[in-house]
Amino acid sequence: MTDLMPVLTDTWDADRSWKLASYEAAGGYAGLRKALTMEPADLVQTVKDSGLRGRGGAGFPTGMKWGFLPPPDGGPRYLVVNADESEPGTCKDIPLMLASPQHLVEGIAITSYAIGCHHAFVYVRGEVLHVYRRLMAAVQEAYDAGFLGKDVLGTGFDLAVTVHAGAGAYICGEETALLDSLEGKRGQPRLKPPFPAVAGLYARPTVVNNVESIASVPGIVARGADWFAGMGTAKSQGHGLFSLSGHVTRPGQYEAPLGITLRELLDLAGGMRAGHELKFWTPGGSSTPLFTADHLDTPLDYESVGAAGSMLGTRALQLFDDTTCVVRAVSRWTDFYAHESCGKCTPCREGTYWLKQVLHRIEAGQGEERDVDLLLDLCDNILGRAFCALGDGATSPVTSSVQLFRDEYQAHIDGRGCPFDPRASALFPYTPKQSPALAGAGGH
Amino acid sequence: MTAEPTSARSATRYDADTLASLAADAAAVKARYPDPRSGLLPMLHLVQSVDGYVSRDGILFCAEQLEMTPAEVSAVATFYTQYKRHPNGTYTVGVCTNTLCAVMGGDAIFDELSEHLGVGHDETTDDGAITLERVECNAACDYAPVVMVNWEFFDNQTPESATDLADRLRAGEEVAPTRGASSVCGFKQMSRVLAGFTDGRADEGVGAGEPTLAGLRLARAAAAVDGGEPSSVQPAETTDGGSTGSAAEVPPETGTAQSSAERKPAAPGDDNPGRSPSGGDANPEPEKGGSDD
Repeated sequence: MTDLMPVLTDTWDADRSWKLASYEAAGGYAGLRKALTMEPADLVQTVKDSGLRGRGGAGFPTGMKWGFLPPPDGGPRYLVVNADESEPGTCKDIPLMLASPQHLVEGIAITSYAIGCHHAFVYVRGEVLHVYRRLMAAVQEAYDAGFLGKDVLGTGFDLAVTVHAGAGAYICGEETALLDSLEGKRGQPRLKPPFPAVAGLYARPTVVNNVESIASVPGIVARGADWFAGMGTAKSQGHGLFSLSGHVTRPGQYEAPLGITLRELLDLAGGMRAGHELKFWTPGGSSTPLFTADHLDTPLDYESVGAAGSMLGTRALQLFDDTTCVVRAVSRWTDFYAHESCGKCTPCREGTYWLKQVLHRIEAGQGEERDVDLLLDLCDNILGRAFCALGDGATSPVTSSVQLFRDEYQAHIDGRGCPFDPRASALFPYTPKQSPALAGAGGH
Repeated sequence: MTAEPTSARSATRYDADTLASLAADAAAVKARYPDPRSGLLPMLHLVQSVDGYVSRDGILFCAEQLEMTPAEVSAVATFYTQYKRHPNGTYTVGVCTNTLCAVMGGDAIFDELSEHLGVGHDETTDDGAITLERVECNAACDYAPVVMVNWEFFDNQTPESATDLADRLRAGEEVAPTRGASSVCGFKQMSRVLAGFTDGRADEGVGAGEPTLAGLRLARAAAAVDGGEPSSVQPAETTDGGSTGSAAEVPPETGTAQSSAERKPAAPGDDNPGRSPSGGDANPEPEKGGSDD
């Protein structure tokens, strides 16, 4: 049995948990004080030794990413925190920044010192007003206390932090699109290489890290790489936020060592809602291939989830019970990808559009016999053919659901409609206003 | 920052006072960034805080401030959903109809609100109070179904709670989000905050709702049973050895599943584009072409 491990969440139940005073009372900024006595290169090595891997979905080793920066050339180097949390199902960074933004601010100060950055940015999605307020206030408190600004804690290290609000675009969570957006442009991904480490913000060496990754750094520095590496599995070390949502008794944030299983998490969360069974779930957001009850015991670490055919992603566990129509679920996710495709790459832009059309007609009972194969063919023409992972992600729910639930697609086609009653999956009783098959679909 | 010289140069139809105030704010926005162009997104929020949408004048203003063409500004403004192309209501009421919220009742909430208010997606009630929207996942899935009012969280909604909320907004009552400020502000005030001008309300409201604390509560309870040991950690025995200590070399696995179009470096600039061909400093703003503007 894997125990829960509150590290980032540990301060969240404190009175006015978001204030600097609360954070310091819980030992906050010990990491920064220690870091400022260390050589930057030793800090990078510490984070490498900890085994911390990017918590924003891709899982790239964080210390290695820092180490990719070229040697200092006298020009600026930047840290950009990706706080554009928008992957469907993902809901960990936003509550973190609402409850304890100083975790992030301290991590920014340490990381900036480690990589030689004197101006860091937080790109937070624009659709979370109060989180933006809290971040702005947290940064101001840190300035006032001398943790940011000129001559941080009397060490001669200077650091400015700018909190920047986006304006509603999922694609800006992709790191190069985020950089273009931060430069005041349309948020469209760049071709890689060059990677941001070489040519990022304003074409200067840049580290782009997820909120949870950066927020994990103070603990690693304060308590040591061995402490962090002692949690989790051999190659997926440390703690992580597991976000349970959907038809589960107690949805919410569960912080645990990587490698915990859904069965263990479900036990903690009180199981699926009464009278129903788990039908399908996403291990790491909608862009990760679906799992079923067959995967309840898959350790939720990068390697095990990958070996089982999906991706750990953002540990956004969206759980759907037996009342849920998988075609409806996938159709709606596809609406999302079609809406959010930036339009730069033809396979993604056109492919997601056509996926949407075909899924809508299947859902409405107007599917044709060849439509399931048509979906797979469309996915085949998107996967691997676009600049960024949005197109790839759009195919994941489609291909995995066809693989797992092809009969259900066929039932929509043969039965000329959806065999499910949408009322059964809702949390409250209601009377549908229109034909349930397409209630609310599309139109974003 | 004086009104006359600015307005004398401006093609906008703002009066002198408005223009002077906008220009002062724009200067503050630009000062936050090494390159003023980075201020465009907050500046677009800023013009929404004055006009209630991204107006023709707002586009012209941003273009003048950043020495861009209006076409370039429009190209950016139309990319992002929060920039409204027609006057917005005082409150944007956004119902999450992405999969999880939709399945758990978001679709029913949207349909009920749409019928109740007599408007569809991205339409505004006749009294100008509410613009109804379907919104995408807003990172509150553990509180589904979720409704956002001016991007403040209204958690665990039902059709009844949502129509009640809408009625109170239309009646001009103060409405408090579940997790957010103690009352929802108007669209223009919200836009000003998003432009980076604080309204001093960060300390209002809660730090977390119950789902946010679900795991922490259990860990606290377990620690109390264990005799006050703070959160005992056991290595995950069920996994592959749970070996610690050796910080194994982790092969970078990204670039395979997650980034489909990574290509092999083909030109010298791919690996070291920070240098200009002349060997001088990197251009801080490498604009491509732009010949059609």
